[in-house]
Amino acid sequence: MSRTKDTSFIFILAGMIALVLGLIFGSIGAFQMIIPNFLPEIPFFKARPLHVSLVVAWIFLIAIGGIYHYVPKYLGLKWHSNKLIKIHLWIFFGTGILIILSYLNGKFGGREYWEFPPIFAIPILFSWLLFAYNFYKTIFRKKQSWPVYIWMWASGIAFFFITFLEANSWIFDYISGNIVREITIQWKAYGALVGSWNLLVYGTAIFIMERIGKNTKLALSKTAFLLYFLGLTNLIFGWAHHTYVVPSASWIRYVAYGVSMSELLILGKIIWDWKKSISTAQKHFHLLPYRFLFASDIWVFLNLILALLMSIPGINILSHGTHITVAHAMGSTIGINSMILLSSVFYILKGDHNQSRYLRFSKSVHSGFWLLNISLAFFWLSLLMAGVGKAMSSSSMNFQEMMLKIEPYLTGFAYSGIGILIGLLLILIPAIISLRYRYQDERISL
Amino acid sequence: MEPMNKVHKRWIFWSLILSFFIYSFVVYTSGTEFPKNSKQFTSEAKLGKDTFQKYNCISCHQIFGLGGYMGPDLTNVISDEHRGENYAKAFLLTGTERMPNFQMSDTELGAIIAYLKYIGNTVEYPVKNSTTTWYGTIETKSDE
Ligand code: HEC
Ligand code: HEM
Repeated sequence: MSRTKDTSFIFILAGMIALVLGLIFGSIGAFQMIIPNFLPEIPFFKARPLHVSLVVAWIFLIAIGGIYHYVPKYLGLKWHSNKLIKIHLWIFFGTGILIILSYLNGKFGGREYWEFPPIFAIPILFSWLLFAYNFYKTIFRKKQSWPVYIWMWASGIAFFFITFLEANSWIFDYISGNIVREITIQWKAYGALVGSWNLLVYGTAIFIMERIGKNTKLALSKTAFLLYFLGLTNLIFGWAHHTYVVPSASWIRYVAYGVSMSELLILGKIIWDWKKSISTAQKHFHLLPYRFLFASDIWVFLNLILALLMSIPGINILSHGTHITVAHAMGSTIGINSMILLSSVFYILKGDHNQSRYLRFSKSVHSGFWLLNISLAFFWLSLLMAGVGKAMSSSSMNFQEMMLKIEPYLTGFAYSGIGILIGLLLILIPAIISLRYRYQDERISL
Repeated sequence: MEPMNKVHKRWIFWSLILSFFIYSFVVYTSGTEFPKNSKQFTSEAKLGKDTFQKYNCISCHQIFGLGGYMGPDLTNVISDEHRGENYAKAFLLTGTERMPNFQMSDTELGAIIAYLKYIGNTVEYPVKNSTTTWYGTIETKSDE
């Protein structure tokens, strides 16, 4: 049997580099909010898309890299084709570089979140098809009952494809000739898009928990599947809480409101399991992969409360269009998604070995963990306060007066962002160095 | 821990997938019909939309509250009695300390204004004069 190097490590490395770059552009953007002529070479309309695209790339690269790594190593399934993995990597990587260059050159598609020229959607979709084909070909060989995380990965991959097509549907006049339809469909697609990467990321969290807790029953249980179906229902029907103010049919809003409130069940479950979570935490807290999962649980709790509140139309009318939305977006992508993905990075690093075997500079990682979480708390609160300040401004106040009023909070936001940047560097630099040693030792069979 | 029944799993899953497609179809058609709107999307407004995207205005501005937060929401910038066409043009022609001057041509400028005018005719945002019901929903004048 021949053996080869594991390509998934390159995805992980690329993901970490994307995050470092993304954080730098995010910080530039934040300081531009408070200092008008800060770094004119990279104006805000370039810094913001660079930030958002790079951090979204981090989420996808680590989630995908994890799946490529875990499936053959722990589920006993050889990939249908290792060559397709390499092709996927290089198309994704090449497109990423081109997108960065086009932003730097001021060439935009100008859509919120996917601000790149729409032509780049084609290679992204193509490489995703390769990933999907390879994944399904491989996974359908598994005859025993699938644990819930395989369902989550399988449906996350399919939904990304559908919603990415939907997000680009504005190129047709049927959609963009009617602003109500255009905005509604755009946020339908984005809601489901975030839902689809959440399926990939939460699936990864359940997988790691199964490995750490050595309990395979959990991922086959009724509770796990009911929570998964609840997530899927929210992905399909819950998105319209982004568009309460858009004059589409009112039943769209009622459906979204009702469905969003079903997430109260998740909140209830967290509170119900509280004691159990604490005792598990005491047992495993020394393990870095566990520690990041534990942090993500706390951020789930906080962000879920915020999300539930924001989904109530009577509150949304105030919070919509303010920095409360940014607090929600970054609170979840950093606090929940990135914590889980860091857990995955350290789980891959650890493998079946003792944690210290490959991990270098572990002291730095531990300090980084605390700095990251404490800074994130300040970051999140500053954005919430800025949002409340904006929501509470009287309508007679003009935009400049309102911005002046919330400037102290935006300053807090920018400086705590530096805390996040440093905290993450303390974590990522050791991880990148350690990954090298791990990569040299790892071979997968063809 | 009880494992979930295989048949139930498949049933729930495929019903959800089916409802996704049905719901999408309804949203794409009757859910987003807005007859008042379709005629106003002139070719000039369409050019304005392309220009709006070309200069990535959405990175700093919001439409219906959605977008970046460096600058103000532009949904009603033309239809608002305190702002209006000339006010918007002034910003676009000179830029400000925070907003770049894009040096756009007259055609592009006119087109962007036409596009913003078209958006502003759909709805009032931020919503004024609304009441909240006890179960959390909103009632506005336009619902009546
Ligand atoms: C780098 C961020 C940025 C970009 C890009 C940008 N703007 Fe602005 N814009 C601002 C800011 C900030 C203000 C508020 C004035 C100020 O504080 O300088 C503003 C104000 C305006 C106003 C006046 C609105 C009001 O209510 O006072 C209009 C109209 C406007 N911009 C249109 C546009 C259009 C159209 C584009 C794209 C071609 C655009 N802007 C691109 C930052 C930006
Ligand atoms: C893992 C880390 C991070 C992730 C995943 C992340 C993700 C995101 C996302 C998804 C958005 C879009 C939000 C929206 O429009 O509502 C965003 C916006 C933004 N982020 Fe981050 N972010 C991260 C860290 C940071 C840091 C450290 C800073 C620095 C202070 C920062 C600054 C910004 C700024 C300035 C915006 C634009 C907000 C606006 O439009 O007003 N981000 N980020």
